[in-house]
Amino acid sequence: MKEYTYDRNARYARTHEWVRLDGSEVVSGVSDVAQDLLSDVVFVDLPAVGATFKQGDVFGAVESVKAAEDVYMPLSGTIVAVNGELADNAEWVNQDPYGKAWFIRIKPANAAAEMATLMDAASYKKYAEEEAAQGH
Amino acid sequence: MDYIPHTDTDRQAMLAAIGLQDVADLFADIPAAHRFPKLELPPPTSELEILQELQQMSEENVDLTHAASFLGAGAYRRFIPSVVNHIISRSEFFTAYTPYQAEMSQGTLQALFEYQTMVCALTGMAAANGSHYDGATSTAEAIIMALHVARGARRRIVLSPTLHPQYRAVARTYTQGMGLSLVGDDHLANAEPKALAALCDGDTAAIIVQNPDFLGCLYTPGDMQALADKAHDCGALFVVAVDPVSLGLFTPPGAYGADIVVGEGQALGNTLSFGGPYLGLFACRMEHVRRSAGRIVGETTDAQGRRGFVLTLSTREQHIRRDKATSNICTNQALNALAAAVYLSALGKAGLRQVAALSYHKAHYAADCIASLKGYQVLRERPFFDEFVVQCPHPVAAINRHLLEEWDIVGGYDLGQDYPELANHALLCVTEMNSRAEIDDLVDALSEVSEMKIK
Amino acid sequence: MTEPLIYELSSPGRKGVVMPEPDVPLAELPSDLLRADLPLPEVSEIDVVRHFVRLSQLNHAVDVGMYPLGSCTMKYNPKVNEVAVRLPGFAWTHPLQEPETVQGNLALLYELQEMLAEASGFAAVSLQPAAGAHGELTGVLIMRNYLYDRGQRQRTKILVPDSAHGTNPASTTMSGLTVVEVPSDARGNVDLAALKAALDETVVGLMLTNPNTLGLFDENVLDVTRLVHEAGGLVYGDGANFNAIVGICKPAELGFDVMHFNLHKTFSTPHGGGGPGAGPVGVTQELAAYLPGPIVALSETEEGSLCLPQMPSRSIGRIKSFWGNFGVLVRAYTYIRMHGAEGLRRNSEYAVLNANYLQARLKGTYPVPHGDRTCMHEFVAQGRIEGAEGIRTMDVAKRLIDFRFHPPTVYFPLIVPEALMIEPTETESKETLDAFVAALLKIAEEARTDPDLLHTAPHTAPVSRLDEVKAARELKLCAPCY
Repeated sequence: MKEYTYDRNARYARTHEWVRLDGSEVVSGVSDVAQDLLSDVVFVDLPAVGATFKQGDVFGAVESVKAAEDVYMPLSGTIVAVNGELADNAEWVNQDPYGKAWFIRIKPANAAAEMATLMDAASYKKYAEEEAAQGH
Repeated sequence: MDYIPHTDTDRQAMLAAIGLQDVADLFADIPAAHRFPKLELPPPTSELEILQELQQMSEENVDLTHAASFLGAGAYRRFIPSVVNHIISRSEFFTAYTPYQAEMSQGTLQALFEYQTMVCALTGMAAANGSHYDGATSTAEAIIMALHVARGARRRIVLSPTLHPQYRAVARTYTQGMGLSLVGDDHLANAEPKALAALCDGDTAAIIVQNPDFLGCLYTPGDMQALADKAHDCGALFVVAVDPVSLGLFTPPGAYGADIVVGEGQALGNTLSFGGPYLGLFACRMEHVRRSAGRIVGETTDAQGRRGFVLTLSTREQHIRRDKATSNICTNQALNALAAAVYLSALGKAGLRQVAALSYHKAHYAADCIASLKGYQVLRERPFFDEFVVQCPHPVAAINRHLLEEWDIVGGYDLGQDYPELANHALLCVTEMNSRAEIDDLVDALSEVSEMKIK
Repeated sequence: MTEPLIYELSSPGRKGVVMPEPDVPLAELPSDLLRADLPLPEVSEIDVVRHFVRLSQLNHAVDVGMYPLGSCTMKYNPKVNEVAVRLPGFAWTHPLQEPETVQGNLALLYELQEMLAEASGFAAVSLQPAAGAHGELTGVLIMRNYLYDRGQRQRTKILVPDSAHGTNPASTTMSGLTVVEVPSDARGNVDLAALKAALDETVVGLMLTNPNTLGLFDENVLDVTRLVHEAGGLVYGDGANFNAIVGICKPAELGFDVMHFNLHKTFSTPHGGGGPGAGPVGVTQELAAYLPGPIVALSETEEGSLCLPQMPSRSIGRIKSFWGNFGVLVRAYTYIRMHGAEGLRRNSEYAVLNANYLQARLKGTYPVPHGDRTCMHEFVAQGRIEGAEGIRTMDVAKRLIDFRFHPPTVYFPLIVPEALMIEPTETESKETLDAFVAALLKIAEEARTDPDLLHTAPHTAPVSRLDEVKAARELKLCAPCY
């Protein structure tokens, strides 16, 4: 298995989104594992600011040339900002998935309880390695 | 007659390689009770026989190379330069598949890229696809795209009553499972842009108009821009259906606020062919292209840095996105799009203007002559391109019967079929193919009919 | 070897085809409606001809060489069809002419409806749909409306096997229904246990491609259709693979309720570089009232029998303008009439013979997951070569181009990793098949000895491997020339 990077300050969903607290809001994107599975990302479809979703809802999609994967809300809440720069810089998702390639900023509805349902970096690493071993 | 090259020796050798005795053994998986049914089909024919038979069948039709025609209504008899058939008969084009393997399909890909460019040039839009089935299905796909742009949050579509009746019918068929309300086309009065604008609300995903409309009327860029502004104020898309030949002369929808332009592209180098295959033009603003449907060709480079072309934005499509695709479309009308590209290249900037201008002048000559006839009235509240409405003294069907039987003329379209308020109204179409002599004949024939007592 | 864009050949003032001067008095043009510029190319006729002829030479095509794209049925397209469709009586009739003036056309359509119904066992056929996917949308709407008319509005799901074409789930969504995927079993058939578990009173029906996209005829097809019917659902047949079974069995007799035909596959109308096609839909007697119209009906009148348009009583509506893709229908009619029943059956027999021959010759070198079974008109191998682990299907496909064979369908069906889906069709000779096998065996050898030759292929095509990522990121969808 390849060596991936993991942001120690983030928590992770089984669908490979990461989420990081930033004051009263959270920031989310997709993990290094996810970007590698997709290969060259060419487009990120992001929601409208103001839209409200529940944890696990599809909020957008990330696309390579041959695949499109839905991305899911790691936490319930309202979209307060989206990363408009990804429109012209989709390759950032491959280059800097935890930094420049953040997808959305959420005002969470129930952060404390829902954060607990997500994995920390160590557990996610283990999960991703098991998934890879099973050939997913 | 078949096209199988195998000899008996080949067949035996192949069966031996497979390890079977008989060709019938290949079909053991088919339930025995249903295997090898008898098909009651006509006996096979040779090429010679079938061509004779088809020749005879085709001659049972009244075709428009023998009769003068003033029938349009969405399908047009236009001149096709000889080069068009020459190019589309190249079997490197017509016996190729969808260009899935780009390195082996640069001919089709570049031709479609050029077609997309010319569609953008005609319509004034930034992006075009490689075609839909026809103008009607392009319109239906525009509705579905507008729903996607609205992210499923809007359920209302405003249709002009003078959008082609068959486009409206197909739009309803396509969207019947989607829980939409398609409104506006039940009253002819809504053809007025202001009336249509009044129907647009916060639940509206798109307003769809046709310009020139089904009755031939041209709307000014100012009227259209006002409607576009209203649509945009409501958060809806403005969709315009066009006759591409009219765009040889008139302002393109891209200049008056259109978000999507659709249309029937048949008139660009395709024969009438009893209604198909035609091609659905589809163009849109760049910001919405990822919500659109259909094949799109993009420019790129090869490993050595040379320009080349590929199918792009495929993640919108069914083979990747499956149930979340923007549409189910797969096969389109690529060869018809090629015909359009060759047609537009051969005529070019000057030629297409000439075609449009000729049609305009001839149609206006015909309208002026008919307007002077007793019993007829030409509706001309708005300017028109090459089609216009004539109020007739008798039912249109009866007039047309007389025109054909006595004058070898195929008359206009009977508007009473679609608009009860337009009973006894004909939609006449005049193109560059109609000579002055034909038009004069039509005028004489209509004059004669007006005096007659017919039902 | 690249060709300039037609716009790059353009010179201001150059003219191609010139139209005649007006023979009527000029009318005044409405100045406020006119466009300022018309950015079309300005080229001469010889520029146009050379440009497009050169472009044509950059294409592979059936008339150039073998084109074994799985599920696409790239068979020889008889040239007589092209003559037939250009007869002026067909090419220059207007779709809105009175029926009495186009009896030749309508008779042809009527007979084609009848012949397709006979070949498939269905009671009625509509020729309106323009393509296979268009036929699917039509068929799913028919099934939905039929059940809804019987008060079964709780039915909202369509079952789709995991091996299905992407059009099946996409058509389902367009019909306002939701997709439930059904897995395949170890032998490549629909998994009966999973099917049973998925069937209930919320299911509209099943969409089944048979033979399926693995090239296998479902061994339990009668059980599959019976189970769906017992649950109150209907069975849709995706006719993309009909070329395997014309005259071999009739889908309606196997329990299918609806099916589309791909005339551009089975009945050899040319693909045109991506279209046009035609996707007529056949249905059982029960569903006939729901077909999209108009269809053609035979009416007895005082002046003899007339073919007249008819809108079925519970029609889903109009799915396309006018009469469908008439020109494609003329070609298919010609093809069926020339073959007759015996010829069509021979086509299927030889299509299946050719596929099995290729499978037998290749399965020692390229893995064929269901190679223990007799395939139908196509089979799915894998671009995995022992001793060449870095090689992927795409490398094999691109290297085939250097041997002047069009690659098979790649990476489909999705349930077979590294899929190479091969459909030779009946019109390829044993010599051509042997040459194709020789090329694939040579490529397998190269994969072990010189893998870079594959990774960097093609080497002899007009362009080398194209950068699809760049195309998608930079999005140049039209020339900057206007």
